[in-house]
Amino acid sequence: MSAPDGLLTYGDEQQKRVGFFTDTSVCIGCKACEVACKEWNLIPADGNTWTGESYDNTSALGANTWRHVAFIEQDKPVRTDQDGGTALRSRLEAPADEPSAPGPEDRGAPSTALRWLMESDVCKHCTHAACLDVCPTGALFRTEFGTVVVQQDICNGCGYCVPACPFGVLDKRHLAPAPDLPAFAKEDGRVWKCTLCYDRLKGGHEPACAKACPTKSIQFGPLDELREHADARLAKLTDDGWNGAQLYGRDPEDGVGGFGAFFLLLDEPEVYGLPPDPVVTTRDLPEMWTNMLAAAGALVVGVAATFVGRRS
Amino acid sequence: MPGLGTSFGRGGATTFQQDLQNADCIVIMGSNMAENHPVGFQWVMEARERGAKVIHVDPRFTRTSAMATKHVGIRAGSDIAFLGGIANYILENDLYFREYVQHYTNAPVIIDEEFVDTEDADGLFSGWDPEAGRYDIESWRYEGMEVHGAAGQRGEGFEPRGEQSGHGAAGGGLKHGEPPAEDPELEHPRCVLQILKRHFRRYTPELVADTCGCSAEDFLEVCETLVANSGRERTSAFCYAVGWTQHTTGVQNIRTAAIVQQLLGNIGRPGGGIMALRGHASIQGSTDIPTLYNILPGYLPMPHTLSYPTFENFVGANTSPTGWWGKFESYWVSLMTAYFGEHATKENDWLFGELPRIDSDNSAYFTVRQMLEGNVRGYIIAGENPAVGHANGKAHRLGLAKLDWLVVRDLVEIESAAFWYESPEIESGELKTGEIATEVFFLPAAAHTEKDGSFTNTQRLLQWHRKAVEPKQDCRSELWFYFHLGRRIKQKLADSDEERDRLIKAMRWEYPTHSAVEEPDAEAVLQEISGREIVSGKFLSGYPELRDDGSTLCGCWIYSGCFADGINQTARRKPHWEQASYVAPDWAWAWPANRRLIYNRASADPEGNPWSERKRYVWWDGDEGKWTGVDVPDFKEDKEPGYVPPDDAEAEDAIAGDHPFVMQADGRAWLYVAQGLEDGPLPTHYEPHESPFTNQLYAQRANPRRQQNKDLAEDPYNPVADEPGAEVYPYVVTTYRLTEHHTAGGMTRTVPHLAELQPEMFCEVHPGLAREVGLEHGGWATIYTSRSAIEARVLVTERMRPLRMKDGRTVHQVGLPYHWGQRGLVTGDSANDLAHMALDPNVHIQEVKAFTCGIRPGRRPRGPELPKFVAELREQAHSETT
Amino acid sequence: MALSKLLDSWPTLRQLREGDPLGVGRAVQSPRSKTLTARIDEADHVVGSVCPYCAVGCGQLVYVKDGDVAHIEGDPASPISRGRLCPKGQASRSYVQSPLREYKVKYRRPYGTEWEELSLDDAMQMIAERIVATRAETWRRQTPGGAPANRTMAIGNLGGATLDNEENYLIKKLMTALGVVQVENQARI
Repeated sequence: MSAPDGLLTYGDEQQKRVGFFTDTSVCIGCKACEVACKEWNLIPADGNTWTGESYDNTSALGANTWRHVAFIEQDKPVRTDQDGGTALRSRLEAPADEPSAPGPEDRGAPSTALRWLMESDVCKHCTHAACLDVCPTGALFRTEFGTVVVQQDICNGCGYCVPACPFGVLDKRHLAPAPDLPAFAKEDGRVWKCTLCYDRLKGGHEPACAKACPTKSIQFGPLDELREHADARLAKLTDDGWNGAQLYGRDPEDGVGGFGAFFLLLDEPEVYGLPPDPVVTTRDLPEMWTNMLAAAGALVVGVAATFVGRRS
Repeated sequence: MPGLGTSFGRGGATTFQQDLQNADCIVIMGSNMAENHPVGFQWVMEARERGAKVIHVDPRFTRTSAMATKHVGIRAGSDIAFLGGIANYILENDLYFREYVQHYTNAPVIIDEEFVDTEDADGLFSGWDPEAGRYDIESWRYEGMEVHGAAGQRGEGFEPRGEQSGHGAAGGGLKHGEPPAEDPELEHPRCVLQILKRHFRRYTPELVADTCGCSAEDFLEVCETLVANSGRERTSAFCYAVGWTQHTTGVQNIRTAAIVQQLLGNIGRPGGGIMALRGHASIQGSTDIPTLYNILPGYLPMPHTLSYPTFENFVGANTSPTGWWGKFESYWVSLMTAYFGEHATKENDWLFGELPRIDSDNSAYFTVRQMLEGNVRGYIIAGENPAVGHANGKAHRLGLAKLDWLVVRDLVEIESAAFWYESPEIESGELKTGEIATEVFFLPAAAHTEKDGSFTNTQRLLQWHRKAVEPKQDCRSELWFYFHLGRRIKQKLADSDEERDRLIKAMRWEYPTHSAVEEPDAEAVLQEISGREIVSGKFLSGYPELRDDGSTLCGCWIYSGCFADGINQTARRKPHWEQASYVAPDWAWAWPANRRLIYNRASADPEGNPWSERKRYVWWDGDEGKWTGVDVPDFKEDKEPGYVPPDDAEAEDAIAGDHPFVMQADGRAWLYVAQGLEDGPLPTHYEPHESPFTNQLYAQRANPRRQQNKDLAEDPYNPVADEPGAEVYPYVVTTYRLTEHHTAGGMTRTVPHLAELQPEMFCEVHPGLAREVGLEHGGWATIYTSRSAIEARVLVTERMRPLRMKDGRTVHQVGLPYHWGQRGLVTGDSANDLAHMALDPNVHIQEVKAFTCGIRPGRRPRGPELPKFVAELREQAHSETT
Repeated sequence: MALSKLLDSWPTLRQLREGDPLGVGRAVQSPRSKTLTARIDEADHVVGSVCPYCAVGCGQLVYVKDGDVAHIEGDPASPISRGRLCPKGQASRSYVQSPLREYKVKYRRPYGTEWEELSLDDAMQMIAERIVATRAETWRRQTPGGAPANRTMAIGNLGGATLDNEENYLIKKLMTALGVVQVENQARI
């Protein structure tokens, strides 16, 4: 019996589980990830709406936005040791005969704390993914890379998965016919989200967003390696006194069994609009399935067993 | 850029982006690198991750500030005060890199006793002519020397300055590369170092705080960090962009950084340098091979109406007896041979007498004035959008409406092509379509994927891009357009006997073509640029092979060798992981001579040894008897460190073995620029043309030499400082770009995936300013100057910090991205409509980084009400003046 | 055989046989998912290029399929960009295929109220004629002060920083030979 989350069902086609580690401490908020994703996946534009939410005019993940950069402006120092320059002031007062003595108090205080957090959000590719559990058509599935993908040739747009996601990632695409944009003119209604560039992975290429990221805030690789790397990064930032540095979704013991795409944040998840303690919405589903299978299975197994044995 | 050119010898970045990773401290100023050069910024992040300090000094807290280890907010337009303060801190505390400064800069040189500094003349240097509004620069000279290039031409009103002499060739009369009078101990009261010390003495931390609006503590932290990370063991780099150039003191902003970097010994060394970050794919290339009025390829000067009556005179004036400019005639003759082939001969002075002559300013803004005055009939625009991208967009649009004919070439129908039916002036009724006589041709252009060619990037690197697909329908490259245009014109004039047609008939214009549309072969053009021997056809390996007898042709001497051995060196794409060092010399080709970090002789001490193991780059190998290292040495390979030029040495041979700045007549970096700049040998703090403040240092408020259009009705100015009426425009405004868009927006407002990321024009203001004038976050604001008024959505943010100035006065700054116009997938008002056309005197660059404005809540008036609104405010302001 | 095929498509059976009893893995892999390939692997050819936006000079790889640009992404071999691109560079395909891109010459006659069609050949001919005529009418051998001029001040050329070196070279060469001195580009902007 395989793991209940669909991991490791591919036998000899099974690949190492891969994912993203998004390190927000080096994110410059350029949105290359958003664009790289749209260009590769041929996603239509998502509307020209100015929001006034700092530099974020994308607002949220959705059917037409699979990477979303959040911008948060805060009155907080980047490092905990930034205290407004007291140490400097005392040093400056020492050489009284220097022409460069400090000025009177009314000459403006040293820069006060201010930081601008930027974070590229994406589908978490949960270890326990509720969207998978509720999909009645098998459109949502776990790939050989351990990622969670909506298969567009299967999805019928029923939308069961939409409320199941604890992060609000899944979304139905509603497109008005757009005669001036023939490439995107197709009416839709299906659910779309990050595929972790399933097609690129099959070709041995790294996902578009990770490839484009100018500062490697988005890192792609085998999940176990990313976790190790993230632990080291967190330790370094903590040593360097970074304010609020923490990993989010790294822990396989959390409510969704850890993310396939996890983050290093510089503040609490809520600040970024992320649920602090996400729980798989279908927590009790496996039990239900087991009960159901026990009832229905006897009938099936008898017929099927012969074929299973012969063809595998 | 003359700021770098006069200081170091070449008008380009001294280093390359990848080398920023080796810096121990990076000061980003006049640049928002993370937003505008995001991929280059990875090297800053590499440095930061290695422990380097990253300091961002900027009026705004931007995405660059967010990544910096320190951000210091300053008032827009106060950069020289800040940088001059750093120079003062270094000098007053004797923290300069003494050995470097003594040997590699002109600090020991003694200046003529007639020279008077701004400190002693309340903001003016000696030689100011108030009538002419310009300087006589004779008194700025080195003691005992004549001003070079001026022989026989004094009084004719023209000396090579600005970009034309932006290469630091000046220094005539030098014998064996040494100025006649110097004090190696740097103590003579008139030696450059002492002059510099006095010049900046009043730029104290308090003065910096009062002028820039930052705190003295923040300022000192920057000074200390910079000094602690410079010297033998450590190096610091500066990065700048148009945040420095787009001022009436633009060149001098860069000059101040050049002085700081010389004092700290940071030029020519790994992790050091000054990185000029340019905004367009080939903006460096379009200066090297200029589409600029005043220079020819390789920074050779265009002949001037008021100078150089004979070729001999012209060559004499431009040839430096010492340094690489000693070979001027070879570069010139090889260019004329490339242009005119066998028609240019020694006997006819290589057609010198036939060449067109320029005036002191025939720049783009001059041309706009000429358009408005009805003196320009035809205009060709290729890949530029002046209706949105130029300061005072309205003046440009009104100018276009006065042309007889206009050609616009672009991928999309930009505002400059549509001004006659869709523009703010059509909306306001100031222009009426049916009354505009301009005949307009819009020709669709080919994209970079549809043509072969090379771009020169921000680090002097020529990179070839290959055609991937054929351009569709009428789309053509500029190469095609200008080649076939020239071919047709030559055909039309083939039988002309007119004197005026001699040059065009003589022009060599035979380039092979291919494909169905007869596209010229771009590599054939690059071959001409790189240079060949005429008889043998041999490809030249570099500019030392150029000759002055007409036997070589070369379209741009500094690019000579880019097609060496018949191989397109710019097309080399050897992966970096297959190369021995991070310098990656086998990727594309850099000018000059494929050097990536220039003046790199300075990475070794005077004896030729690395200053330190940690900062090893190029050094003298005594056993081999040559310079060696990870880059191509920027020095004659076998010239010993102890080489002393004999008295009769000329050109490069006259440069001593311990003088790394080989383009300069004296082989040294110039702290003090005796010749080559219009507005002073040293940078001085002046207020912007429009500013709410008086100059705290001098009675002279703004750059006295700045160019203004006082008599031009289309370019009115706001009252400033303590003038009556200044309160109508009380705020400092600065314009800029965002990551998501490119310049005037023609390449991004038209792209769905970019348009949606920043879909509307907005202004950035501090909550304090919002309260003061009643602006609501997410609402609308009207921003106005004497020129125009625009509307923008309001983004209230703490990132636009108000600054506390002298006497507790608070200054608010308004931030305006300038990407929008009337056309595209997303549209909006253009920030440049607010800007004026006062210019830097050296390079005629507009001051869009600091001017003044008023702001009020709500949308702007529509239709005819808009110009009325602007005029009423302007009259209100100016009635108080009179 | 028919029965075997029928049973094979029966999800529950596949789930069990493929070790995926919940039907969330291989058992539900669709035909498209099974045969999915990356678009760049299907390209007819790939061309090394350089980003057309800013002056960082990022390396690009342009993937071509059936004579059209199928995709553009960063070239990992570049020592400057190492395969990375900013949002603008990453949008290069959409830029060269912009819905607003123009493919035909447009002509507006003096005082005209609308664009008209014009062939490229006619446009070239008309522009050449305008230049020749304007030049002839406004040529100045000398300045009013008697200094040599050899020029026309009635024609200007603007643009260059977005163009190739070879293009700028031809522009400056042609304009200089024509006596057009007002040649300028974004270096001032």
